[in-house]
Amino acid sequence: MEWTSYLAPLLEGAWVTVQITIYSTILGAILAFACGIGKLSPNILIKSVSVAYIEIFRGTSLLVQLFWLYFALPLVGQAIGIDLRFPPVVVGVAALGLNIGSYGAEVVRGAIQSVAHEQYEAAKALNFTPRQTLWRISLPQAIPEMMPTFGNLAVQNLKDTALVSLISLSDLAFRAEHIRNYTQDSTTVYTLVLFMYFGMALVLMALMKWLERFVGRWRAAGR
Amino acid sequence: MFFGIEWDTSSNLAFALSILPILLIGLWVTIQATVLGFFIALILGLVLATLKSAPTRLISWPAKAITEFIRDTPLLVQLFFLYYVLPDYGIVLPAFLTGALALGVQYSAYTSEVYRAGLEAVAKGQHEAARALNLPSPRTFTHVILPQAIPRIIPALGNYLVSIMKDVPVLSVVTVLEMLNVATIIGDRTFNYLIPLSMVGGLYLILTLLASSGVRYIDVHLPKRGLSLK
Repeated sequence: MEWTSYLAPLLEGAWVTVQITIYSTILGAILAFACGIGKLSPNILIKSVSVAYIEIFRGTSLLVQLFWLYFALPLVGQAIGIDLRFPPVVVGVAALGLNIGSYGAEVVRGAIQSVAHEQYEAAKALNFTPRQTLWRISLPQAIPEMMPTFGNLAVQNLKDTALVSLISLSDLAFRAEHIRNYTQDSTTVYTLVLFMYFGMALVLMALMKWLERFVGRWRAAGR
Repeated sequence: MFFGIEWDTSSNLAFALSILPILLIGLWVTIQATVLGFFIALILGLVLATLKSAPTRLISWPAKAITEFIRDTPLLVQLFFLYYVLPDYGIVLPAFLTGALALGVQYSAYTSEVYRAGLEAVAKGQHEAARALNLPSPRTFTHVILPQAIPRIIPALGNYLVSIMKDVPVLSVVTVLEMLNVATIIGDRTFNYLIPLSMVGGLYLILTLLASSGVRYIDVHLPKRGLSLK
């Protein structure tokens, strides 16, 4: 078999990888903001939920989380009488999003805390409500600071999507394994796949750089 | 039965207690893979960092490209690559060594950046002072630059040690019997995935909390202004 004949199935797999990356990165971003802000909340319940989520998902391995959601969660559902069996794509996106969200949450928290103290004092002096302070003072200044790390996390997430092939999702890594089993042509298949992942990572990094420049305009003038 | 240890399925607690020793055998493999992978990453990272700072672009540019390539491709695919491609070229390694090598290769891209950042963070005045004092450059490196760079490098390396530990379960795909693999095998045989997988999660939490507090302890107790040479 010519190596060009591998391209069509591999590209199909790459498209699955791209979709999973997009969905899980969006889910991760939502969780990162929710729990990053939640960790700074004065409400003890919100705070402890956020801290527990961050510690559990940062403290364990992604593959363990993926297998737990895929193999163990249905058993929990059985025990409490709810059907918690989800298709692999839902489990994959959920596990990746939950995992990367916990890393993102620490970034969000750090960036919000790094906004100058005077800004908060000024907001208080001007009688801003906490919600106004968050939306109009902290976030516009904190988000540009988060962007470089978010770029790294997005690439990290793209790389991590390869693990969903282990719960039988036919992404790029899964197709590679499949073709290798048929052709035994390991060198060509895996070299191609490595370069495809690299290409996707380069595109993703360019996108994140663009986003970084876009939100960079929110920085206060003179900084 | 696994590793010659029977499990007791009479109750959930008895089951959990009876499989704990089996999981701990897996945990020991996880720790070994972590340490070996970290060691390889330290050495390979040093090689990459040296090549990247080479005076000629003919060497430094390819080294930078290789680092970027390693960093932006998944560990799983790199592992498969090593596992299937190396034997084609006559290099047959046991799965455990292939796995540790893959971890080492992946993380060498990160450690090389840590070395570079640590060395560059040493103030420029230090180089100038060493030159003014007529110190030969090998001596400048070992007695002026390194003692100040090491306290910056060690905590960052420690964080990657924790990351490597969390990536070890990927090695299960090439039949390495680390903790997660052991847990899924127990699950396959008893149809109870919930308890073994939850225990692996719990053990991982304990392990990473211990490791990161260890890293923090070292970070706090390192002399910030440089190691003393006396």
